Amino acid sequence: MSFDLETAAAPAGLRRVAIDPVSRVEGHGKVTILLDAQNRVQQVRLHIVEFRGFEKFIEGRPYWEVPVMVQRLCGICPVSHHLAAAKAMDRVLGAHPVTPTAEKLRRLMHYGQVMQSHALHFFHLSSPDLLFGFDSDVNLRNIVGVIRAHPDIAKKGVMLRKFGQEVIRVTAGKRVHGTGAVPGGMNKHLSIADRDLLLRDADQMVEWAGDAVTIAKQLHAQNPALYDSFGSFRSNMLSLVRADGAMDLYDGVIRARDASGKIFLDGASDQSYLDLMEEEVRPWTYMKFPHLKSLGRDVGWYRVGPLARVQNCDFIPSPLAEAERREFIAWGRGEPVHATLAYHWARMIEVLHSMEVIRDLLADPELLDGDLMTTGERTGTGVGIIEAPRGTLIHDYRVGDDDLVTMCNLIVSTTHNNQAMNEAVRSVARQFLDGRELTEGLLNHIEIAIRAYDPCLSCATHALGRMPLDVVLQGPDGTLVDHVLRSPEGELVRNLAAPVGLPA
Amino acid sequence: MTTLAPLYPTHQPRKLKVATVSLAGCFGCHMSFLDIDERILELIEHVEFDRSPLTDIKHVGHCDIGLIEGGLCNSENVEVLRDFRKHCKTLVAVGACAINGGLPAQRNHLDLGEILQDVYGSRTGMSAGSAIPNDPELPLPLNKVHPIHEVVHVDYFLPGCPPPADAFWRFLTDLMAGRTPHLGHGLMHYD
Ligand code: SF4
Repeated sequence: MSFDLETAAAPAGLRRVAIDPVSRVEGHGKVTILLDAQNRVQQVRLHIVEFRGFEKFIEGRPYWEVPVMVQRLCGICPVSHHLAAAKAMDRVLGAHPVTPTAEKLRRLMHYGQVMQSHALHFFHLSSPDLLFGFDSDVNLRNIVGVIRAHPDIAKKGVMLRKFGQEVIRVTAGKRVHGTGAVPGGMNKHLSIADRDLLLRDADQMVEWAGDAVTIAKQLHAQNPALYDSFGSFRSNMLSLVRADGAMDLYDGVIRARDASGKIFLDGASDQSYLDLMEEEVRPWTYMKFPHLKSLGRDVGWYRVGPLARVQNCDFIPSPLAEAERREFIAWGRGEPVHATLAYHWARMIEVLHSMEVIRDLLADPELLDGDLMTTGERTGTGVGIIEAPRGTLIHDYRVGDDDLVTMCNLIVSTTHNNQAMNEAVRSVARQFLDGRELTEGLLNHIEIAIRAYDPCLSCATHALGRMPLDVVLQGPDGTLVDHVLRSPEGELVRNLAAPVGLPA
Repeated sequence: MTTLAPLYPTHQPRKLKVATVSLAGCFGCHMSFLDIDERILELIEHVEFDRSPLTDIKHVGHCDIGLIEGGLCNSENVEVLRDFRKHCKTLVAVGACAINGGLPAQRNHLDLGEILQDVYGSRTGMSAGSAIPNDPELPLPLNKVHPIHEVVHVDYFLPGCPPPADAFWRFLTDLMAGRTPHLGHGLMHYD
């Protein structure tokens, strides 16, 4: 069976419209739309167009390099990959659980990461659509436009992100691609000077995070007809939760609810993910399609990320965010909220929660002192799962006795949302584009639906594709640098003797 | 009191047009650029953004400065890079990936065919019958990841993974003031 609007029944003769590249998202993606003569939408696809092969070249590397290497999957959420890999390597070494000091330092780093990534997404990338309107002037629709029109809002966004980045810097040494976590623990304590630096601004940040929730909430209240229906569809939702059902972004057990909100999977160990899910490949995108094995590909897909987490947990263990969660749940009037744009609201609730967690952790003397490292009996295998800003992130490794990685499997957050993002753009296409002359503003509607998921398309591009291949690379002076061909048998051959031109 | 009109029209400096792109990069260089934090409020007084992941301009126009993050891993990267070279007076290779391929170039010692076989042929957790993507909408992968100076002329190199925010700031303020950019000690590093 195939999904509605995924594949046109008769593609020949249809008109193709492409949104390329999808902008104000992280990574490399495009959308193609096929229309018939009456402008009726026949096919819509979100393609992930890049591949990088991380899973493969991590094999053969020493395990201790991995938490630092994998950060380069993504510069927006490097800490998520850093910590998911470190957690997996803790298991590989049998150094599990890590010491309380190490876990708290990692949590501090992680919640700083969630906060800065969410702030970046909302203020720098998505807010222009929400504040100016979906088909507002294309030249206004960016952070510069927001700074000019709403300097107050923009400045708070910039400062919230800065604070999150500073939390990362003091725990990992650098804002982007630092080195805080190591297999078995952490490499340094928090210094008193750094703690005091952050504490100075913490209350202010909690207040501004609360303001951010208010902005997101008001957007829904001002236009419920649009915000509730835009790109909306019913789906399962999956996330980690703490063993007692609380929201936890660093560690927990796997829980999933169906579209009516009923829990059908709970308490599953992160180490067992392969028993629960599998991934399918479709020929038109490099990003795979995961689903729960027990339900199958057609109904077993799910959403991850803020919308899932805020509704999957039983409560949020910090008072201000918990009050906001209750308001969010009440908005659904007894039903789960399935609206795509509600991701923004849920995301801002998580910013507030993260800020509350950070403030509490900063007051904890265990971050300044105490054992950093654990050792144990080596097992050679380990899975690390974390709730990254965009959703559940899975790292899975096997390590040989010679310390070299022999197997690496990654399922990144955005990949879990692959089917969901495709459903969202098809829903928007049906509601807004079908039968109409397409304009830039209408096409932006498609991107708004994608942006709501805050996709990290760089993260999702670790797979490789095979296509007819004939690529020539020439240097600035015209010298031939590389020429690769695929033979009819599918073999890749280098051919430096017979260059052909690249498409201009 | 009356204010005197200036004798000559005052010179209104034109804003520098800047385009940015991520090729085979992780966006970390863009993040580090945004780590100039509140200085962005000052920057936009002097700079205008053209095509960038931060705007909805999809094709690069004529620009003063093009900042390139990431190396070349597929044919589309090559096209975009050439387009930037054509449109930007000053082209800057930003970060390890653009300068020498960076981490993605770790795949260069492996055979592309073998990697394909591994990722789609024998991986755990894949549905039965999964095959390798082969749609014409997907750009062609290059056999090796290449740094950008192998394909176009590059005017400046900004090292680091990513370059620190202060390096971006120094570089751009130097250019805006008409000075030859000079990073100096501390802003020039390779991690
Ligand atoms: S140089 Fe480093 S930070 Fe920049 S894109 Fe490459 S991996 Fe990311």
